[in-house]
Amino acid sequence: MSTQHSRSAARIMISPSIILLLGWMIIPLSLTLYFSFLRYNLLMPGDNPFVGFENYSYFLTDPAFFSALTNTLVLVGGVLLITVIGGVLFALLLDQPMWGQGIVRILVIAPFFVMPTVSALVWKNMFMNPVSGLFAFLAKGLGMEPFDFLAHAPLFSIIIIVAWQWLPFATLILLTAMQSLDSERLEAAEMDGAGPFARFFYMVVPHLSRSITVVILIQTIFLLSVFAEILVTTNGGPGTSSTNLTYLVYAQSLLNFDVGGGSAGGVVAIILANIVAIFLMRMIGKNLDA
Amino acid sequence: MTIRLGALMGATALCAAATVVSAQDTTLTIATVNNGDMIRMQGLTDDFTAKNPGIAVEWVTLEENVLRQRVTTDVATKGGQYDVMTIGTYEVPIWGKQGWLISLNDLPAEYDVDDLLPAIRGGLTVDGELYASPFYGESSMVMYRKDLMEKAGLEMPDAPTWDFIKEAAAAMTDKDGEIYGICLRGKAGWGENMAFLSAMANSYGARWFDEDWNPQFDGEAWNATLTDYLDLMHNYGPPGSSSNGFNENLSLFQTGKCGMWIDATVAASFVTNPTDSTVAEHVGFALAPDKGLGKRGNWLWAWSLGIPAGTQKEEAAKKFVAWATSKEYLALVAEKEGWPNVPPGTRTSLYENPEYQKVPFAAMTLESINAADPNNPTVDPVPYTGVQFVAIPEFQGIGTAVGQQFSAALAGQMSAEDALAAAQKLATREMTRAGYIK
Repeated sequence: MSTQHSRSAARIMISPSIILLLGWMIIPLSLTLYFSFLRYNLLMPGDNPFVGFENYSYFLTDPAFFSALTNTLVLVGGVLLITVIGGVLFALLLDQPMWGQGIVRILVIAPFFVMPTVSALVWKNMFMNPVSGLFAFLAKGLGMEPFDFLAHAPLFSIIIIVAWQWLPFATLILLTAMQSLDSERLEAAEMDGAGPFARFFYMVVPHLSRSITVVILIQTIFLLSVFAEILVTTNGGPGTSSTNLTYLVYAQSLLNFDVGGGSAGGVVAIILANIVAIFLMRMIGKNLDA
Repeated sequence: MTIRLGALMGATALCAAATVVSAQDTTLTIATVNNGDMIRMQGLTDDFTAKNPGIAVEWVTLEENVLRQRVTTDVATKGGQYDVMTIGTYEVPIWGKQGWLISLNDLPAEYDVDDLLPAIRGGLTVDGELYASPFYGESSMVMYRKDLMEKAGLEMPDAPTWDFIKEAAAAMTDKDGEIYGICLRGKAGWGENMAFLSAMANSYGARWFDEDWNPQFDGEAWNATLTDYLDLMHNYGPPGSSSNGFNENLSLFQTGKCGMWIDATVAASFVTNPTDSTVAEHVGFALAPDKGLGKRGNWLWAWSLGIPAGTQKEEAAKKFVAWATSKEYLALVAEKEGWPNVPPGTRTSLYENPEYQKVPFAAMTLESINAADPNNPTVDPVPYTGVQFVAIPEFQGIGTAVGQQFSAALAGQMSAEDALAAAQKLATREMTRAGYIK
């Protein structure tokens, strides 16, 4: 039984950690907000005047901004599509009893443990290189011109690389969900005359839907900030065809040393991420209520 | 009493000893770029520490772009992480003007500042103060395969024109044999493709800005430059060239896939080195091409050592800079590694040395450096200094953004006209924002 007294004592006791946590969150955020209203470039010392929304208007009207925004969404959407569909298929496959199941599962999950920079380098130099890469070798073997992936399909190449990394994550979550599906119910359905497609669409997919929502939610959070893969492979190019918002903010703040513009970009990215999050939360909330 | 006095004296002596030790133990932190000549310098540090007891040296070796980010943020925020910084001719005039570097006008007489090549020294001097000491200097020139030229029935003049380069590239290209007439930079970046393209544009009479700082990409000269560049690369260049920078082209040339390569003069020692290059004995050199307008398409660059203002170890840092860029250092490298490996392009005395004159690329390097003029880089007058860059803080951002457009044009994603229009638009935007255009 807590009295009025002990409750207020408890509040006082936990306040240091609450304050610490709040500070942890609020100080960087408010500094970013503060910088985003200053004309502040590291290369130009002197006073940093308050300029209102100038940084925002320059960031939002940057010719690269619109393409960065679409690239971000295409990147997230493309990777989600590949990982969810691929993840379901892999989960179905791995759920089958087979010889060497343990090893196969470990192999499928392995790419998730490769660091993003490393996997990007491997893909860039060993697979996609038009002179010495594996794909070029295969193309030459089949008598075709090698395709220069990173120059002619940069965003697609990055989607492939990122999807390769995240596919194991989706597979892992969906496989666990698949294993919780009661096989007796599937057998019963089969005996009632449901074909494999009917069983998949009316029993497996509804059963997986919650896990799919979780996969989409978690991946979206991470995919909105994909950076290393772009920096290592295409540097956002050619042109701005593989620049996403994160990379644009990086270019503003670390290549141009424009702290004000970079902060404004960061705030814009936070707002966009929140918009996406609101939609996702609604979707998830609906799904979890049902 | 006596015991106390003794203890006191002992303690004092200990303190004194401690001060002496700490005074002797100065540790210099030096940020440098991971180029071959700098790596060699690290190997020779023992010579410096032997001559300067009490100074220890700690190296931070980084790739060029990372180095630039680190040293710029450090010097701009007065972080004080580094006591000596390796910076280029782009940074020195800007930083010197802002008071971020210590003047090196008081280096010892043995340093012999008058021995520095005038073009290089000019690029590192602001209002009569030398703000960094050049470690090696470079220009660009044509490196070509003599055997392929002979096979094509052509002869490379010492001072070719762009028209001849195109003719030679066409004659040498053998795509089935994986030999491409010409390899040029295509990777986006102000220090990558824009270094080459700005220098090429100079010889076509193009300039970045007119005297009122208006970008000039809508002019005829830039159009001609970019059209010819794309024409050369699309017809006679290697595949995937939009991601080729210096190192990619170097390995293409060393493996015999390029007929010609126009790039930094420091590459000469790599392509003529038989252990790394399969074509070492066939390499010839010529000046960067021109268009008959009185300017050549070559650039000017020097990696230099500067000391950030506010360092606690100014004296030691100066000693190090004077050592690393001295004549004795050149002699030391020559003795240990041979004359071709000496850091080139900084001192007149090096090029007067009969031993060094035997090096095949020495004369062409000197001539190329002397052909560059950072104050009058192109045909028309300009408000900026710098040959293949514009020495204003905004240039890194603008140069890279423009480089992205041109790289996209090279990858075939847009036409030359669209790339130039986009470049004009974004350069105008940034220059307006920075207050150059009223």
